Amino acid sequence: MQYIALIYTDRDLEPKPGSPDFGPYMGGYMEANKRFRDDNVMVSGEPLEAPSTATTLRVRNGKVETMDGPFAETKEQLGGFYIFECPNLDEALKYAAMIPGAKHGAIEVRPIMMLQR
Amino acid sequence: MGNHHDQPPTNLAASALEQVVRQHWGRLVAALIKTLRDFQLAEDCLQDAMESAVEHWSRNGAPRAPAAWLLQTARRKAIDRLRRDANFRRKEPEISALMALDRETALEPDDMTIPDERLSLIFTCCHPALDEKSRVALTLRTVTGLTTGEIARAFLDSEATMAQRLVRAKQKIKLAAISYQVPEAADLPERIQAVLNVIYLVFNEGYAATEGVDWVRSNLCEEAIRLARIVVQLRPDLSEATGLLALMLLNTARIPARIGASGELVPLDEQDRGLWDQARIGEATALIRATLKASTVGPFLIQAAISAVHCEAKSSDTTDWRQIVLLYDELQRLTPNPVVRLNRAIALSYAESPDVALAEMGGLAAELSHYQPFHAGLADILRRCGKLNGAVAAYEKAIALSSNASERAFLQNRLKPLRHPVSPTF
Repeated sequence: MQYIALIYTDRDLEPKPGSPDFGPYMGGYMEANKRFRDDNVMVSGEPLEAPSTATTLRVRNGKVETMDGPFAETKEQLGGFYIFECPNLDEALKYAAMIPGAKHGAIEVRPIMMLQR
Repeated sequence: MGNHHDQPPTNLAASALEQVVRQHWGRLVAALIKTLRDFQLAEDCLQDAMESAVEHWSRNGAPRAPAAWLLQTARRKAIDRLRRDANFRRKEPEISALMALDRETALEPDDMTIPDERLSLIFTCCHPALDEKSRVALTLRTVTGLTTGEIARAFLDSEATMAQRLVRAKQKIKLAAISYQVPEAADLPERIQAVLNVIYLVFNEGYAATEGVDWVRSNLCEEAIRLARIVVQLRPDLSEATGLLALMLLNTARIPARIGASGELVPLDEQDRGLWDQARIGEATALIRATLKASTVGPFLIQAAISAVHCEAKSSDTTDWRQIVLLYDELQRLTPNPVVRLNRAIALSYAESPDVALAEMGGLAAELSHYQPFHAGLADILRRCGKLNGAVAAYEKAIALSSNASERAFLQNRLKPLRHPVSPTF
C-alpha cells in the first residue's frame, strides 16, 4: 500500500530561517528522512514553496481560468508531502507522526488509489 | 403436545438458524474477514450461506455442527463470488487460501474448530481512524450481529443514514488498509481504551432507555455486556475490560428496582433491594475482587468497586459511604473532573454530613452550572440541611434542565412538599 502524508501548517507558527529554533526544526526533518529511508518506507517526499507562489487553474467551457494563490485560503496550508510504502494504515500513521510539522500543524494521511496495471 | 412437529420444516430450519446465527455471528464474520480481508464480502457470503441453510436444513434437518456448516458454506460462496469478480486475478491468494481451508475442514466440520478472531475484529471496528459513531455502529453490526435497522432504531437514526454510515466505514477499512489484528503491546493501552469506550457508549445508550418500552434500545445493555465478555474471555489480563464488565453487570443488576409501579424513577436509597439481580452482583464482585489484585487499577475498575459497595449494602443507611468517598478520591486522582467531584460530594453528605458536602458543592457551581445532576444533587443536600428556600430554587433549576419525563416527575415529587409544607394540625 502507498499512502500520501499531506503536511498542513500555519507558516506563522513555523520556525523562521535565522531564528534559533530553525536549525533544530530542519534537523528534525533530516532525522525523520533518515528514519524513513532506513526503514525503507519512503517513496518520495518534498517540501513546497510558499502558498503565495501557488497558481490555481480551472478549465471552464474549454477556457483556462487561472488565479493567483492556493486552492483554499485557510490558515493552515499544504506545505509539503511524503509518500510512504506501508503494509497498513497503522504503520503509515506511525511514520506520519514522526513528521516535525505534525507538532504545530496537521498531517492528512490518504491511501493512494492503486489502479490496475 | 410436541406442537413443533406440526411446524413446516422451513420454519423449524429458520428458527434453528436464527439461534445459531445469534450465538455465532461475530465469530463467523471474524473468521471470514481473516481470510477475505473485506468486511462487506464477509457479510454478504455469510448471508448467502444463511439462505442456503434454510433450504438445506429444512430438507435434511440441521447439521451436527451448524456453525461450522455455515462457515464452510460461506467460504465456498466466497470462492464463487471471487471467481466471478472482474479482478479475479488479483484475488488468487484469497481463493487459494479459501480452498486450502475448505480441504482442511471438509472431512470433520466441528463448531469448536472455528478460529476465534473476534478480538481482531473488535479492535478493527473500534479503530481511532474511524469516527466514534461509526465505531459503535460497525461493532454492533459485525461483532454482535444487530441488523442495520436495529442499530438505526437504537441510535434514533434513519435506516438509510445508518446503512450509509456502515458502508462508508467498511470502505475506509478496506481502502485505507486498516489492519485486522490485535495491536502491538505499545499501542494496546490506547487502543483498548477506544474499544472500552465504544462498549460503554453502547451500554449508556441502552441504560438511558431502560425506562422506555423500546426493547431494542434497552437491549443494548445486554449487547454491551456480551461485547465486554468477549474481550474479558479472550484477554483476562486487561483489568479495565474486567472493570467495565463488572460495572455494567452491577448497573443492570439494579434495573428491576429502578422503575416504580407507575413508571416513575426510583432513587437508589428507596429501591427495593430484594429486586436486585443477586447472581449478577455475585459475578461482578468476584470479578472485582480477583482484578483489584492486579498491578494497574483504572477508572472502570474503581467505578465498578463503587457500584459494588452500593450493591453489597442491605440499605442506604448501612452503605459504607466512607469507602465510597475514598474510591472517589482515587478516581479523581486518575481522571480529575468536576463530575467525579460532584459524586464524591454527594457520598460525603452521607459519610460526614450534608453541611460538609454543601461546602464542597460551592466550589463546583461555576463549572457545573448547566449540568442537571449538579442541581438535583445540590437540591437534595440543601433539603437535608434544612435550607428549604435554596432547595426549592435548586429543584426548579434541575427540573428546567431535565430532558427526561420520569426524572422530572421524580424531582417534582420532591419539590412539592417543600413548596407547601404540611401545616401542623392542632
